[in-house]
Amino acid sequence: MLHFGRRGKTWIAAAALAAFAWSASPSALMAATPPDTLVAAWSIDDVISLDPAEVFEFTSSEIIGNTYETLIGYELEDVSKIFGRAAESWTVSEDGKTFTFKMREDRVFASGNPMTAEDAVYSLVRAVKLDKSPAFILGQLGFTAENVEAKIRQTGDYAFEFETDKAYAPTLVLYCLTATVAAVVDKKLVEEHVADGDYGYGWLKTNYAGSGPFSLREWRPNEAIILERNPHYAGAAPAMARAIYRHIPEPAAQRLLLEAGDVDVARNLGPEEMAALASNPDIRIQEGVKGSIYYLGLNQKNPNLAKPEVRQALKYLVDYGAIADTLMKGRVRVHQAFLPDGFLGALTETPFSLDVAKAKELLAEAGLADGFTVTMDTRNTNEITGMATAIQQTFALGGVKLEIIPGDGGQTLTKYRARTHDIYIGRWGADYQDPHTNADTFARNADNSDEAAAKPLAWRNAWDIPEMTKEADAAMLESDGAKRAEMYLSLQREHQQVSPFVIMFQEVEGIALRANVHGFVIGPSFNDNSIAGVTKD
Amino acid sequence: MQARQEAPAPPQAPERPELEAESAQARALRFVWGAGKLAFSLALTLLGLLVVTFFIGRVVPVDPVLSIIGDRAPASTYDRVYRELGLDRPLVEQFWIYLKKILTGDFGESFLTKRPILDDLRRVFPATFELATLGLILGVAFGAPMGVAAAAYKGSWIDQTIRVLCLVGYSAPIFWLGLMGLLIFYANLGWVSGPGRIGIAYEFSFQPRTGILLLDSALQGRWDVFRNVFSHIILPACILGYFSMAYICRMTRSFMLHELSQEYVTAARVKGVSEARIIWRHALRNAAVPLITVIGLSYINLLEGSVLTETIFAWPGLGQYLTNSLQNADMNAVLGATFVIGIAFVLINLISDLLYRLLDPRVRRRS
Repeated sequence: MLHFGRRGKTWIAAAALAAFAWSASPSALMAATPPDTLVAAWSIDDVISLDPAEVFEFTSSEIIGNTYETLIGYELEDVSKIFGRAAESWTVSEDGKTFTFKMREDRVFASGNPMTAEDAVYSLVRAVKLDKSPAFILGQLGFTAENVEAKIRQTGDYAFEFETDKAYAPTLVLYCLTATVAAVVDKKLVEEHVADGDYGYGWLKTNYAGSGPFSLREWRPNEAIILERNPHYAGAAPAMARAIYRHIPEPAAQRLLLEAGDVDVARNLGPEEMAALASNPDIRIQEGVKGSIYYLGLNQKNPNLAKPEVRQALKYLVDYGAIADTLMKGRVRVHQAFLPDGFLGALTETPFSLDVAKAKELLAEAGLADGFTVTMDTRNTNEITGMATAIQQTFALGGVKLEIIPGDGGQTLTKYRARTHDIYIGRWGADYQDPHTNADTFARNADNSDEAAAKPLAWRNAWDIPEMTKEADAAMLESDGAKRAEMYLSLQREHQQVSPFVIMFQEVEGIALRANVHGFVIGPSFNDNSIAGVTKD
Repeated sequence: MQARQEAPAPPQAPERPELEAESAQARALRFVWGAGKLAFSLALTLLGLLVVTFFIGRVVPVDPVLSIIGDRAPASTYDRVYRELGLDRPLVEQFWIYLKKILTGDFGESFLTKRPILDDLRRVFPATFELATLGLILGVAFGAPMGVAAAAYKGSWIDQTIRVLCLVGYSAPIFWLGLMGLLIFYANLGWVSGPGRIGIAYEFSFQPRTGILLLDSALQGRWDVFRNVFSHIILPACILGYFSMAYICRMTRSFMLHELSQEYVTAARVKGVSEARIIWRHALRNAAVPLITVIGLSYINLLEGSVLTETIFAWPGLGQYLTNSLQNADMNAVLGATFVIGIAFVLINLISDLLYRLLDPRVRRRS
């Protein structure tokens, strides 16, 4: 009944074959990456700005870490060893409030402009005045838009003073200056693009004015970020002429690209993909312990969760080891204190493990022998959902019926900040390497009212702790390192037992690389991840 | 005879130009009326779309301020950004301000990409347009003939095979199909390139103009780039094409079965017209009219709804842009993207209407 002519059939078949053959020819496919280019597959949709005064997301922090220089740095193997990066040296006044910095004289921006104290002062003042997300890192030292110009002042071509409002622990001040918000920007270049007194923000959020090993060539949102070697970099020149971060949101696609050799590094592989790649001789797995921790926040506005015995009981209803080893396959390790391992004064004791009998005993003491029902707001990412499901099962063993409420990051966070959750499962990354960064959020809550200006994690879980807040404040001001470490240890021991936080794990970042790629550095923070030393065989 | 000869001729000659003038004027009026109606309907559709999207965007449980400042900024920063976004004003006032801006061509700035919305749309729309168009071409090229064949051989193994193929295309998750496609044709067979629009090697040597890379590379005579781009687009286009093929094929089969059961087909058969002629010339021509609507809807689906395909194939298109913006309550971006989809919807409907007229004399006569 229905006929294609013989000629028609031949044409159709020939055209289809030709199209495939043509597109599949080796020159069209070109699998290997260029020898002088590092190609990374990464989900880069969290990048919303590339201005150091605004950057606070994981991906953009890493980009800033590789393209700008901060005043201060620290050894990645031992973060207690602080050194000057753009700053050569510094002194602290007797009252402990004024830091005098001397800048290195060999620093040159990618634009060719020399870096001076004027650039450093401008960068810090600019960050405070713009008041973007990470500005509080400097703001907590007493700088405001009104006083910052008087408090951070240039005293010479290569010298400036930095005056805080209190005599904070010197390491706290110096660690704050290791954050990306304290990266030095090229004042001359930025000022060329100022519009309506915006400190060049309208331009710099998508452009570049730094002095790091790489310079930013292009950011195409949700597509790619392209870096190029900075010929003016004062340190050792990177071996790679360029680095391309390709936005590949799907981990399975990242794995296929890596195995085919179309990318050199895959950054968002899940535990399953990593396990599957471990036996591939062409692929190498690299791990690094991060400063992020996973925790449950128990809202104290919920009358059941507000009972101390219930808080304790829930800490005995999580199978920490099984989640770390079986579910997450080594992507986390058990850690139960608010300071990540590697920080000054970090507590590494893990007193809690799955103990259903003990948990039931505690629940009975709280008058909840028959258990109770509670909800948990859960971000719909693979690792968080997986953990939540495992916790749901072990909670049930103790008679606690956990209802999981899935949502994307924006939804769950909005609810968490409004204190309308019961339990929130979250991940918290340190903002800088000083212990105050996490003490400030887990163990401080200066005002527990709904109208409070600051909303640390303790506030979000409605945990009113005036005494612990004083202890955390005292630790922030202690200048003796050993004494300070002891204060934080004591604070964490108390916190571990009584707090409404079930702190469970510390993150281990895992990446998969082609076996011929070497020198990728995974640091404790994302801005420490470095590609400057990457080479290819 | 004489009288008849002397009878005055009917005043046809002087009347005709007048009639023609009237008719030309009426035609012009009709055209203006039609164009006005179209413009009014377009404006009303877009306004309706914007109103619904705007107000839905304001009630979704995502705080746009948090998406901008993140989790840790102090209350003072939160309050400042809240005011900067105009969220302290009444909803109606916010919408009115937005509408006034749109009328001056200012769609605002995306806080996720920190770029003007129009720049973003100029970047993401061509990527989706290229993929969706190729997907649709494949879908129609395979779907329509297969639907015709299934109807022509109703109940035979050909029909059964085509129906199973369509069922798989229609019901298999596109996410799974995409991953399987990558695994087989990219990772195992090496016939196509992996995720992305273009190879790394061409990132620096090729400057697109329209953003439709196949067109750009062809216009610039860069056939090496064309091949590379084709090797990247063919698999996602086939996956999308398979999905729309399944829909078009099912609908074509249904329309054709209806036409083949009509009396005019029986009459043609009785008159001895060949079966091929009945199917291709008569039945398909009638089935083509409703099929145009199906194809139009399919195209709109591909333009706005290929989020999963774009995610798997790392395709920086409109679907991914819209979803990402929605999840972060980036309402300027959501409204801008919705606006573009609205315009595409209206344009495709318009083209469908024109094609109706071309194919169906009854519609031509009515209008």
